[in-house]
Amino acid sequence: MYTQGLDQAGKSGPDTREAETATQLDAFQARIDAEEKIEAKDWMPEAYRRTLIRQISQHAHSEIIGMQPEGNWLTRAPTMKRKAILLAKVQDEAGHGLYLYSAAETLGVSRDEMVGELLSGKAKYSSIFNYPTLTWADIGAIGWLVDGAAIMNQIPLCRCSYGPYSRAMVRVCKEESFHQRQGYELMLTLCRGTEEQKAMAQDALNRFWWPALMMFGPNDAASSHSAQSMAWKIKRFSNDELRQKFIDVTVPQAEFLGLSVPDEALWFNEDTGHYEHSDIDWQEFFDVISGNGPCNRQRLAKRRKAQDDGAWVREAARAYADKKAAAEAAA
Amino acid sequence: MSSDETLVAYASRLGDNALILGQRMIELVAASPELEEELANANFSLDYIGQARMYYTYAGEREGAGRDEDDFAFLRPEHDYKNLLLVEQSNGHFGDSTVRQFLFESWYVLLLEALTRCSDEGISVIAARAIKEVRYHLRHSSQWLVRLGDGTEESHARVQVSLDDLWRFTGEMFAPDDLDDEMRAAFNGPHLEVIETQWRENVAAVLAEATLDMPDDQWMAIGGKQGQHSEHMGFLLAEMQHLQRAYPGATW
Ligand SMILES: [Fe+2]
Ligand SMILES: [Fe+2]
Ligand SMILES: [Fe+2]
Repeated sequence: MYTQGLDQAGKSGPDTREAETATQLDAFQARIDAEEKIEAKDWMPEAYRRTLIRQISQHAHSEIIGMQPEGNWLTRAPTMKRKAILLAKVQDEAGHGLYLYSAAETLGVSRDEMVGELLSGKAKYSSIFNYPTLTWADIGAIGWLVDGAAIMNQIPLCRCSYGPYSRAMVRVCKEESFHQRQGYELMLTLCRGTEEQKAMAQDALNRFWWPALMMFGPNDAASSHSAQSMAWKIKRFSNDELRQKFIDVTVPQAEFLGLSVPDEALWFNEDTGHYEHSDIDWQEFFDVISGNGPCNRQRLAKRRKAQDDGAWVREAARAYADKKAAAEAAA
Repeated sequence: MSSDETLVAYASRLGDNALILGQRMIELVAASPELEEELANANFSLDYIGQARMYYTYAGEREGAGRDEDDFAFLRPEHDYKNLLLVEQSNGHFGDSTVRQFLFESWYVLLLEALTRCSDEGISVIAARAIKEVRYHLRHSSQWLVRLGDGTEESHARVQVSLDDLWRFTGEMFAPDDLDDEMRAAFNGPHLEVIETQWRENVAAVLAEATLDMPDDQWMAIGGKQGQHSEHMGFLLAEMQHLQRAYPGATW
C-alpha cells in the first residue's frame, strides 16, 4: 500500500447526505465487528466512504506514478531477461492502478475526477516515488524494499472491511510478492558480481533505506486518523507496527546480501526480539509529501504531459464512438 | 552461405525487428494517452521482447559459437543490426507510433503466416507462437488508426501526415535481398511479392474505413536490412547497450 494517511479525513466537500443516525452507525459498526464485508451498495457512513476513496485513490495514483522511476531503466536494462522482467512488472503496476481506480469507482467517484486531483497536485501519492533511480541497482532496491514494504502494508488490507478493496488487494499482493522476490534476486546477483556492482547495490540501499521506512507513514503518535481506520477495520496494524515488522524481516536479508543498512545505531534487542533503529528524519518526509522531494515536479510534469499530449487522441476516440453510436441508432 | 548461416542471419534479422520495435515501444511507458493504452503498450512491447529472445536464442543455437540472446541484443555494432528502417523511427506523437505499428504489423503478420509453413522447424515454431500475439496487436493498431482517421478533423489531419511521412519506409519490407532469396529457396521461406499484394489489399481496406488516403508510391528509403540505418539508430543502441558496454563481462 502506498497510502500514508496524508490528508485529513472529511474535507472533500460538504456532506449532502441525510444525517446519520446513531442506530445506523451502531448497526454498521456491528457488521464491521462481526467481520462482515461491506459492499458497494450497502449503507455506510459518509466518513467511511471518504476515507476509503482517499486511501484507494492514493494507492492507485502511487501505482501509476510508480511506473516512472522504474520505467527510467527499461530502455537500459542490461539483459533481455531483466528487460522482460522489468517490463512485466511495470505492466503489472499499470494493472494495479486500473483495478484500484475501479475499486474506488464503486464508492461513487469517477476515474477522471481522481486523475484530475492527481494532476492538479491536490491528491497525494506515496513519497517513495519522488526519489530518483540513479543506477540499475535502484531497480533491485525498489523491488526488494519498496514492493517489500508495500506487501507488509497490503497483506492486512486483503482483510479490509470494504469488499471491493480487499478483493483487489488479494490479486495485487500476489504480484507484489513476485516483484519483491525478483528485486531481491537482482540485488543478490549484483552482490555476487564485481566490486563495482556490489558498490552499486550498497549505494542503492543507502539511498532507499530511509525513504522505504517512511512509506509506512508518520509515527503512531503523529498519525491523525489511524484510530478510526482501525475501528472500521480498514487498517489492522498501526504504522509503527508495520514498520517494525518490515525492519525485522529486511535487516537479515541485507545481511545475507553482505550489505550494511545505513543506520549506525541499528541493533537487535534480544529482550524484545526486534531491531531498534535511529529516528527517522520526519522533516524530509513532510517535505517530500508536500511537494519538495527530488522528483515531485518531474513526476507530475510527466503525467500532465501524457495527459495533455493525449487530449486530441481521447477526443478522437470519443468522436468516433459517438459517430458509431449515431449510425447504429439511425440503422 | 551454408544453410545454417542462412538461418542464423534470418533468425537474427527477425530478432532485430522485434527488439528494435519493442525498444521503441518501451520508450512510451508512462506516456500513453490513457491507462488502458498504457497496459496495451507494455503488454505488446513485452511480446516483441519475448519474440526477439526466441529468435536470438535460436540463432545462437544454430550458429553454435556460444553466443546467447544478450550477445545478439547488446554486443553487436550498429551495422550488424538488420532491422527495417520503419521500426527504428522515433515515436513522434500517438498518430505516428500508431501508423508505424500498423504498417509494420500488417506486414509482419503475413510474413509470420508464411514462416509457419517454412521447412525449418525452429523458425516455424517461433512464428506460430508469435503470430497469435501479432494478430492481436494488428487488430489494436488498426482500430486506433480507424478511430484517429475517422475521429475529429484534427486527428484525421494529423494521422494522414503520419501516414504520408512513414509510407516511404514500407518499400523495404517487400524488396527481397539475397537472404530473402536464400530463405525462400532453401527453406520455403516467404514470397515477398505475394505478401505485398495481400498487404496492399489489407492496408487499403483499413485506410478506407479510417477515411484516410493511401499515399502514392513515392521514393522508398532502404538500407536497414543491410545494416545501413537512420541517425536514430545510434542513439537507440547507445542507450540500450549502455550497461553491457560500461561493465564488460559483468553478470546481471
Ligand atoms: Fe501497491
Ligand atoms: Fe503495484
Ligand atoms: Fe509492484
